[in-house]
Amino acid sequence: MTDLTATIPAATSEARAAHTRRRYASEKRFRMYGLASICIAITAVVVLLGSVLARGLPAFTQTFIQAEIFLDPAVLDPTGARDPEEIRKILTFSYAPLIQESLTDLASELQAGSAPGITPQLLAGMVSEAAGANLRNYVLANPDQIGETVPFEFLTTGRIDQYIKGHITRESSMGDTRVDPAQLNAADQLRELGLLERRLNLAFLTNPDASENRPEAAGLGVALIGSAYMMLIVLVLALPIGVAASIYLEEFAPKNWITDVIEVNISNLAAVPSIVFGILGLAFFINFVNLPVSAPIVGGLVLTLMTLPTIIISTRAAIKSVPPSIKEAALGVGASKMQAIFHHTLPLAAPGILTGTIIGLAQALGETAPLLLIGMVAFVVDFPGPLPGGLFDPATALPVQVYNFTQRADPAFVERASGAIIVLLVFLLIMNTIAIILRQRLERTW
Amino acid sequence: MSSGILFALLAVLTVSGFLMGRVRARAAAGGDVTALHSRTQYHGVAVGMGALLAGLATYVLLNFVATLLPFAGNPWVVGLGSVGLAVAASALVYVRITPQFRARNLVEIMILGLLTLASSLAIFTTVAIVLSLVFETARFFTQYNWTDFLFGSVWSPAFQGTSQLGILPLLWGTLYVSFIALTVAVPIGLFVAIYLTQYASAGLRRAAKPAIEVLAGIPTIVYGLFALITVGPILRDYFAEPTGLGSSSASVMTAGLVMGIMLIPFVSSLSDDIITAVPRAMREGSLGLGATQSETILRVIVPAALPGIVGAILLAASRAIGETMIVVLGAGAAAQLSLNPFEAMTTITVKIVSQLTGDTDFTSPETLVAFALGITLFVLTLGMNVLALYIVRRYREQYE
Repeated sequence: MTDLTATIPAATSEARAAHTRRRYASEKRFRMYGLASICIAITAVVVLLGSVLARGLPAFTQTFIQAEIFLDPAVLDPTGARDPEEIRKILTFSYAPLIQESLTDLASELQAGSAPGITPQLLAGMVSEAAGANLRNYVLANPDQIGETVPFEFLTTGRIDQYIKGHITRESSMGDTRVDPAQLNAADQLRELGLLERRLNLAFLTNPDASENRPEAAGLGVALIGSAYMMLIVLVLALPIGVAASIYLEEFAPKNWITDVIEVNISNLAAVPSIVFGILGLAFFINFVNLPVSAPIVGGLVLTLMTLPTIIISTRAAIKSVPPSIKEAALGVGASKMQAIFHHTLPLAAPGILTGTIIGLAQALGETAPLLLIGMVAFVVDFPGPLPGGLFDPATALPVQVYNFTQRADPAFVERASGAIIVLLVFLLIMNTIAIILRQRLERTW
Repeated sequence: MSSGILFALLAVLTVSGFLMGRVRARAAAGGDVTALHSRTQYHGVAVGMGALLAGLATYVLLNFVATLLPFAGNPWVVGLGSVGLAVAASALVYVRITPQFRARNLVEIMILGLLTLASSLAIFTTVAIVLSLVFETARFFTQYNWTDFLFGSVWSPAFQGTSQLGILPLLWGTLYVSFIALTVAVPIGLFVAIYLTQYASAGLRRAAKPAIEVLAGIPTIVYGLFALITVGPILRDYFAEPTGLGSSSASVMTAGLVMGIMLIPFVSSLSDDIITAVPRAMREGSLGLGATQSETILRVIVPAALPGIVGAILLAASRAIGETMIVVLGAGAAAQLSLNPFEAMTTITVKIVSQLTGDTDFTSPETLVAFALGITLFVLTLGMNVLALYIVRRYREQYE
């Protein structure tokens, strides 16, 4: 501090005042830096969440096209017996001509209107490749309607959907082989006729992933189930093991080098890069134990190991916060140490443990890198089976599905990736809110 | 015998052991349960747990031995062995039930064993990580010269056996991205911590701290997507292309900036704790001598907190080095040694992902190199963490 006073010149009061002004100015500048930093950080939060929301919300709506479909019995049920087995033999492939057939009238109507270039083929090309499968499912569910003309709603292709959403324009789609200008005209006209409509599409949450050419049909169903299975494994394994380890370390561990090694290990595991846990999962659980690739069981085990340090650290804090007098009172009336801890300390620490567990689960839910290495990045369209066998079936996870969507060439998948992020963030928000409410409601101060 | 049936049998044995043990304890007491040393439930639990633990331990042990002696892995050997030992263990406890039998102590010893086992899982995990990295890395180095790996400046895996797998371009990319991330995160994070601890009113602190910590709870894949679809194109269109520095939206700058944002709450909350730990007396002494607040902060508080802050920066650096999703989506895949921050470069973690996803062949050096990269990453981050924790701990002791 000597230099502070030493720099003050033993000069006129004017010079001294100037010096003070400079010091105050630098004080002000310093405060401004601090405020600016806070503003930058908060702006970053807003921009990050805002850009994801803006990009992702359209994924929850989809463009549908309405058409009258004649369910031709000659094609769908050649035997005429209405036998479900026979109808099932007609594959999706045969439904596509049916759709095109039904669109012929509509195409000529549009030709007369403002979309002169439209042909039945081009009009059918506006309908998603997933339409055949959807129509087939409908027929299988309602075999009695064969031979009738039913109104049906089809997904449009990703390109038409992106046009309706304003992501592509006539100019930007020049030279795009997968959309014809006549189709865009037809889309405009259909919209005026009320046959083309953009509305809520909850199938985004339930559909499985879809291939490169059908972004409009891709959904998060398999990923949501895969993530749910993994969270279940993490909860079932990490909570009891974490609590047991914390009880040991807080209440029983003798002060010796082994305990020190455990402590150092836990704090280091908390800081090991997540991808290293992925390598562990690949080398140990898949190559050594021979568990199946892409299965939620492996993902769950890897995430359990990653979540354990978090749960142990918060559980220990919760146990520590219970006053020792409660345990001592139990010991005083003759309980064993084990009884005192399990009957008294642990129940009182439960809210803290629960909060820590939920936060650990939230972390595990968003983890991506280790899951890439254990094969969850595979393209999976079949839903995993029911528990417990489904734990060994291939599945993906929500954050990995986001990564998967970003790796596709069609830009319509970017919207789906952002939509998946919104779903992920909503889950995280719910979990963290529950944790905060629990903490406020149940936690007591002594 | 399938594992499902085995576990069902063990469950049946456990429950029946519990019921039988309780009945026998009551019978041994001759109707007067107060004559027993332990309450009847403890006798039941002792018998049931004996069965469960013996069964599960045998199951795990036999499966482990099976990696050396294949016949031990036969489902019938495992099944009959586990169930047999479970029955034997519970019978052993069962016949010992008398009024004097200390069932509670036995149960508590078993529970203590389980607690010890649970806490040593941390050690097992570390050992498993180290072993899996070391073994595969050793296999890699039998096929590829380790000096070429550590000092090679070209990374070009080719599946015809002419791969050059030098780590230097990856290491350079990793360090460059981390450096940019830290130049963003450290000043902003530190100023946030300083402002919130020294200047902010209680209200602002209550509002701003959680708002900034939201950043810490967002999964890294979200940052990755943010880099890919927002930051990358903006940097390319407004900085890289007008200045002619690059034409790729994936670049070191993209990944570095986004990672910097991710690290802000990490640096700020760690520094927050460290700054609050500086004794009030030091601060007030300085203010009392007429120093302004900023002079106090820069010349008293920050120097006093410096070791802790250095520790926090090291922890943040280790995070940055190990971060995967942001660089996978934001930094690109081209391995090169370049100084231009607007060029796409790649990192160790990106290459671990790309070598271990898709078709992998665990005998080729192109796949095994991922484990060598993994061990490099592990050693690097572990070293930084240990150093940081050591510094932080020493610093804490200084003021306690």
